[in-house]
Amino acid sequence: MLDLLPQFLVNGIITGALLAVPAIGFTAIFAVLRFPNFAVASHATVGAFAGFVANVTFGLPAIPSLMFAFLIAGLVGLVSDEIALKPLRKYGALTTAIASIALTIVLENIVRFFFGNDLRGYDLPLVRDIRFGDIRVNPQQLENMALAVVIMIAVFAALKFTRMGKAMRAVADNPGLADLKGIDAVMVGRVVAFVGMGLVGVGGMLFGLGTSIDPLTGFRFILPIFAAAVVGGLGSIPGAVLGAMIVGIGEEMSALVLEPAYKSAVGFFAIVLVLTFRPRGLLGERAY
Amino acid sequence: MLSWLFSVATFAGIYALLALGINVIWGMGGMINLGMAGFFALGAYASALATGAGALPIPIGLALAAGLAALAGGLLCRLTLRLRGDYLAIVTLGFSELIRLIAANEIWMTNGSDGISGIPGPWRAELSPFQFNMLSCALVTLAVLIVWAMTERLRRSPWGRALRAIRDDDTAAAVAGKPITRFKVQAFALGAAILGLAGAFYAHYTSYIAPDIFRPLITIYIFLALTAGGTGNSTGAVVGAIAVVAVLEGSRFLEGWVSVLGGVEKAALREIVIGVALIAIMQLRPRGLLPETPPGPFLKRKDT
Repeated sequence: MLDLLPQFLVNGIITGALLAVPAIGFTAIFAVLRFPNFAVASHATVGAFAGFVANVTFGLPAIPSLMFAFLIAGLVGLVSDEIALKPLRKYGALTTAIASIALTIVLENIVRFFFGNDLRGYDLPLVRDIRFGDIRVNPQQLENMALAVVIMIAVFAALKFTRMGKAMRAVADNPGLADLKGIDAVMVGRVVAFVGMGLVGVGGMLFGLGTSIDPLTGFRFILPIFAAAVVGGLGSIPGAVLGAMIVGIGEEMSALVLEPAYKSAVGFFAIVLVLTFRPRGLLGERAY
Repeated sequence: MLSWLFSVATFAGIYALLALGINVIWGMGGMINLGMAGFFALGAYASALATGAGALPIPIGLALAAGLAALAGGLLCRLTLRLRGDYLAIVTLGFSELIRLIAANEIWMTNGSDGISGIPGPWRAELSPFQFNMLSCALVTLAVLIVWAMTERLRRSPWGRALRAIRDDDTAAAVAGKPITRFKVQAFALGAAILGLAGAFYAHYTSYIAPDIFRPLITIYIFLALTAGGTGNSTGAVVGAIAVVAVLEGSRFLEGWVSVLGGVEKAALREIVIGVALIAIMQLRPRGLLPETPPGPFLKRKDT
């Protein structure tokens, strides 16, 4: 079993990179809008199905399909937030969190209404695994990981160098002070709802590329997304990346001691461990 | 027809128990429990296994269900107590997914996704299905009455008053010398126990449980019931639960009108309606149809 360790490590890094994309979306929404948005589950599903339509119905290759997934999931995120969640934010984070679960049920069932419960797969060329010594990697996985890394670099660059990125960090850091400086928090909130849910949608499709998708796709990896965000520090974007790596590697390594079905339980135990010993998460709760 | 009504009433009673349990945690304690389905499942599986494989009498199964759920609830609440409520939301939702994962994978114990069938019910063999529905309805109604009376009594007690104070402003309550930790853990454990009890009733009434029954959707049903009825109000919780079951069952009659749709589409449509209804009521009537009124003859104050 131990000779498989390098293979598990490589799988873990790939899983972690994919997980980081939706985890950034979740944590960014938390940082600015101050509530855990459980609608990430349905937005991952929406993104996965938008990508499916682009890829299978329109015959687009993987990368334009991912962009389409980003766009559709982002738009759904923006519109549903405006209609359903924004009017509730004044009643507090917990009330909004409950409504976000209701929203996730609504969106998931809209997808189910049109696509049914069947498993669907993307239309991608089949490629042989590449071998490095004893380690096998699928080129599609490598491409997905590269895409995830590119997306992360783009997010960090946008946060660091653009006006909107700086405004977002300011609102996350201190909404009162940001308001004094004339930053339009409502507009920042809209941009974050769009970009955050867009990233979640891309994450949903990235995961779907490796397996197959159905309306419950999003719910299946909601636990690892929360775990990544909580382990790194809720609301911290570098924390989400670090947390995603830890949870991803932890999930794959768990194959050494646990049955594969319990992979997703690793996220829950990571949350429990971190909350017991370092409640603010590894990197604290600062947005950036 | 009458038998069907008793059956619907039994389900309404089980939903009412769930709403009462969530009302203690969320309505009275201000703590969020998005993993309601997990506690419901824990109670159902505990009692089903104890009375089925363990061959224990049903009352012991009920007690075990309530006890185990209370223990799990108390631990989760204790874990996140010093953090903001958001963490409790994430942890409880994670907990319910974990329970479902265990139920689906520990096949030696739970029979996996096939579920457990043939769970004993009280005198199921001796009674006709009609009599069994009637008896179940009576037993569940009795349980609802007891739990309702108990939570109403608690709400009016010093314990309930302190809990409400903590819900509204825990710093002020702490300054007044209330042991916040103890109150919150007790409230969460009590609410979880009621949820576990509801799970046990469900298992013994339907005689069949499977992991898929305990999806997060049921949590939304109950939050809808509670929000519609009036958060913090035990009577509202019961009324809301009855209303939700009436709507769910009533929608079956409407299905004839939309016969062009297949089964999956109908189910999806129903869930969409429930979700939209919850969000709409939260936006339009945030305090519910029967708002919470501060109890007690000595406590007269303007409704805030």
